[in-house]
Amino acid sequence: MNGAGQAPLLALSGVTKTFGGVRALSDVSLEVLSGQIVGIIGPNGAGKTTTFNIITGAYRASKGEVLLEGNNITARPSYQIVWAGISRTFQNIRLFADMTVWEHLLVAQPHDGFSLRRLLPTHWANPAALHRARETLEFFGLGDVRDRIARSLPYGMQRRVELARAITARPRLLLLDEPVAGMNHHEADGIRQLILKLRDEGISILLIDHDMTFVMGLCEQLYVLDFGVLIAKGRPDEIRTNPAVLDAYLGQVA
Amino acid sequence: MSTYYAGLLADVGILLLGALSVYITLATGQLSLGNAGFMGIGAYLTSYLTVTVGIPLTPALVIAAVAAGIIGLIVGFPALRLKGIYLAMATLGFGEMVRSFFLNLDAMGGSGGFHGMHHISNDYIWSWAAAILLLVMILERSQIWLEMRAVCHDDTAAGLVGLNTTTIKVGAFGFAAAVAAIAGGLFAHHHVYIEPGNFNFERSIDFVLAVILGGSTVGPGALVGALLLVLLPEYLRFLAEWRFAAFGTLLIAMLLVRRQGILDRSLFRAFALRRPA
Repeated sequence: MNGAGQAPLLALSGVTKTFGGVRALSDVSLEVLSGQIVGIIGPNGAGKTTTFNIITGAYRASKGEVLLEGNNITARPSYQIVWAGISRTFQNIRLFADMTVWEHLLVAQPHDGFSLRRLLPTHWANPAALHRARETLEFFGLGDVRDRIARSLPYGMQRRVELARAITARPRLLLLDEPVAGMNHHEADGIRQLILKLRDEGISILLIDHDMTFVMGLCEQLYVLDFGVLIAKGRPDEIRTNPAVLDAYLGQVA
Repeated sequence: MSTYYAGLLADVGILLLGALSVYITLATGQLSLGNAGFMGIGAYLTSYLTVTVGIPLTPALVIAAVAAGIIGLIVGFPALRLKGIYLAMATLGFGEMVRSFFLNLDAMGGSGGFHGMHHISNDYIWSWAAAILLLVMILERSQIWLEMRAVCHDDTAAGLVGLNTTTIKVGAFGFAAAVAAIAGGLFAHHHVYIEPGNFNFERSIDFVLAVILGGSTVGPGALVGALLLVLLPEYLRFLAEWRFAAFGTLLIAMLLVRRQGILDRSLFRAFALRRPA
C-alpha cells in the first residue's frame, strides 16, 4: 500500500508545545501510514488532545512540524487543514445547536472557496452535495433521524452524527478523540464496526481512547504519551508488555 | 390610505431593512449595536449623490450600499477579535463615531442637517424592502447560511469542520452594512431631510429590538418585529403618556414567555412538515 520511500500520510516531527511555562508536549514524533488505524494512549493530561489540536491547527506548535504527505501544514488555519484532508471529532461532542442531522451533513460539504452555488438554495443549486449527504446518512444509519435536531438525539447517536459530519469533508485522515467515551459495549461495538468500514473505504485513522480493550483490538500501531513525552510505540502486543507503559499508564500494577 | 398610515407603513419598511441588517450579523453570532452608523453613511452618501451630484436614486442607493459594504468589511476585521458584550460595545462606539463625523461635516450641513432630496413613494420603499427580505430568505436556504449558523453556535468547531470563519464573519458584516445603507438612503428620501441625530444609538437599538421581538432565527422575524415596533405604540395610544411604559411591559412579558421571538425555525419546520413529503 505505502511503498518504501513514499512519505507517510501524517508525520509529526519533534513537536513541542508549551503553555506559559508548562510543557504540554515535548519533542513528539509520530507517523500514520496510509490505510492504518493508529492509536494514542496515555493517562489524563498526557497531551493526547493537545496533539490533536496541533495537528488540526487549533493550537500552534511551539516547535516541530506537522507534515501531511510530506507537505508542511504546521500552523495553517484549521479550515485549510480540513481541506488538505484531515477531519476530526471531539472529546466533548461539539454539534451545532439547533441544527438537524441533515444540516450537519450539508454544512461540512467540501467546496472550492467562493462559488455562486454556495449562495443559492442548496436544494436545487447543489445536487452533488445532496447526493453525498444522502450517502453519508445511509452509511452511518442515520436515515430515520434525518430531520431531528442532532443535539436532541441519544448520546451514541450524537457521536455518529459527529463522525458523519467529519466524513462529509471527505478526509484522507480522520482524528477521533475518545470515540467511545461513555458508551456501553453495544454502542462501542457499533462505532468499532464503523471505524473498520471507514478504513476499508480508504480513510486512515488516528484515535485517542481510554478503553484499552477497544484500542488494543482496533489499532495496528500504538503511541503512548505520558506527561507530554512519548514513552513507547509499537504493536498492541508489544505495548501490552512494555514495562515503561505498564508503569506509567497502569500505575504500579506491575 | 391616509397620509398618517402611509407614513407608518414607510417607517415599517425602513425599519425592516435596518432590522434585517442586524439579523444578518446576528446569524453569525455577532451582535451589532452600531448599524445606525451604516444607515447614516447610506443616508448621507445617497443624498449627496442625488442632490449634489444629481444621479437618479436607484443607482445612488446601489453605490451607497457598495461603499457602506466595504466599510462594513473594514469594521468586520477588528470585530473578529471581539465577542459578546465587547463586540456590542465596539459597534456602539462605531455608530457614535459616524454620527459625530456627520455632525462635524459642514459640507453636508453639519448639525444643521441636509435637505433637497425628492420624496419617494411607499411603493418604492417597499420594493426595496421586499426585495432584500426575499434575498435574505433565499440565502437562508443556502450553504453559506448554514455555515453562518455553524459559526454562530461554535466558531472553533466550525473552523475544525472546514469553514473559513474569518470570511464568513467579515462577509456578514459587509452585507449587513450594505443593507443598513439602503435603509438609510430610503429614510433620507422619505423624510427629505436628514440630520446626524437621525442615526443615533436609539435607532440601532430599534433594529435590535425588532429582531429580538420578531424572532432572531428567521428572516421574516424582522418583518414581524418591524410591524410590531411601529404599530404597537400606535395602538397603545389610548394609554396616552403611559403607552411607552405599557410597550416596555409587553416587551418584557414577551421575552419571558417566548424568548426566541414570535417567529422561530421550529414554527417554520412545523409548517414544512405538514406539507406532503
